[in-house]
Amino acid sequence: MKITVEQDKCVAAGQCAATAPDVFDVGVPPLERSREWGRDEDGVVVLLTDDPPAELADDARDAAAVCPALAIHIAQ
Amino acid sequence: MSDALTGAATGSPAEVPEWPMPRAEGCPFDPPPALRELTAEKPLARVRIWDGSTPWIVTGHAEQRSLLGDPRVSVDERLPGFPHWYEGMAAAVDYRPRSVFNSDAPEHTGFRRIMTRPFTFKRVEALRPTIQKITDDLIDTMLAGPKPADLVEALALPLPTLMISELLGVPYKDHDFFQENAARGIAHNVSAEESMRTFGALNEYLVRLVERKAAEPADDALSDIAAFVTSGDISVSEAAMMGTGLLIAGHETSANMIGLAVVALLEHPDQLALLRDTDDPKVVAGAVEELLRYLGIIHGGQRRIAKEDIEIGGEVIRDGDGIIVELFSANRDAHVFPDPDALDLRRENARHHNAFGFGIHQCVGQQLARVELQVVYGTLFRRIPTLRLAEPLDRIQFKHDRLAYGVYSLPVTWK
Repeated sequence: MKITVEQDKCVAAGQCAATAPDVFDVGVPPLERSREWGRDEDGVVVLLTDDPPAELADDARDAAAVCPALAIHIAQ
Repeated sequence: MSDALTGAATGSPAEVPEWPMPRAEGCPFDPPPALRELTAEKPLARVRIWDGSTPWIVTGHAEQRSLLGDPRVSVDERLPGFPHWYEGMAAAVDYRPRSVFNSDAPEHTGFRRIMTRPFTFKRVEALRPTIQKITDDLIDTMLAGPKPADLVEALALPLPTLMISELLGVPYKDHDFFQENAARGIAHNVSAEESMRTFGALNEYLVRLVERKAAEPADDALSDIAAFVTSGDISVSEAAMMGTGLLIAGHETSANMIGLAVVALLEHPDQLALLRDTDDPKVVAGAVEELLRYLGIIHGGQRRIAKEDIEIGGEVIRDGDGIIVELFSANRDAHVFPDPDALDLRRENARHHNAFGFGIHQCVGQQLARVELQVVYGTLFRRIPTLRLAEPLDRIQFKHDRLAYGVYSLPVTWK
């Protein structure tokens, strides 16, 4: 499969990472306060692999289905 | 325009049923039978609400996701014909600042990005030990007190309220004021006007707190938000509205899930045993998803309005028609969830529920809610295996007429 993500659409719900943690991660906001406002990557989807192994395929598809922003696309 | 009905299925104006509709006597956990009948043929139908208007109510899972992700569907409550929850909400529309709750993309996007940081998946995981400690302390206090105890007052309500105050950065000395007003805002015998006044008072408090946090930032969500006031991106009023919104959206909902789940689990002892006897966090997490699906506490219907004609579910929603997205019904959609009315804590696809909504407005606090529920459900019955209701089920007061379902109080006892 080929996975693409649209970070601009991401609303940082985190469901992708919760559903398929080996395929998706979320950008980790720094625990100490950062003054770099406007860093849109906080909590936003990070694609770990665009072609996961077969045993992760179902989880990846699940993650795409639960993404509220429809920001994850899977092409077979 | 919204009064003009289309299609034979919707019948004449006199036959459009009223919304909200009651649940069946003795079936406190299932959707209103009249709603199921109304949407048996098609996943949406017309209903009549408090102001006489006739918006569409949508119950199908797929249709809800389609509409909630559709840019032709708006949350802008200023638009004429918007199906407000009740008269008070309609009357105060001009007094509410712009926020995530009432703006569409792209205006919404900026507001949302300001609010999501403290609630991301990993930030919330880091709060798990704090949530555990608060839960343990509240249970200790309840166990040391008289029987029966009110589980809502002892645990279900204080836990999420304390978590939201922590997260926002409400000073410890103000926690009591915060909690008392938060509880009063949602109390049983309180009118809609009194409720709005109470939340107004909390909003005033948050305006002052935002100003303090802008001047002296600390490591909390209100300071994060206040920095956007300092930078000129949002006003103090908008920042306070974010804080109030997080409080309103985040304390009664979680409290309702905790109270209601206790009742549901006690009514399903085989499921309760599964939860109580497990050591596996994955089983607890799965149980939380199924309880979110099964209890579907957001049952009043999320409100939207169409900005263009939309063809869906065999009907045409016209530009300007009100739309009510009744999330609970989607959680019991048999097309997605076989045997949908059964509580099955091991249900494989429970995570596909619409309990937190869908689309760009999906609940900001959902990961916090999940961790709170995982901790509470994973702790309560292990600590108190003999927990039981101190009143029969038919004496329990359910929040039938509130936007979020739950119980007002829950008398419990134990050995």
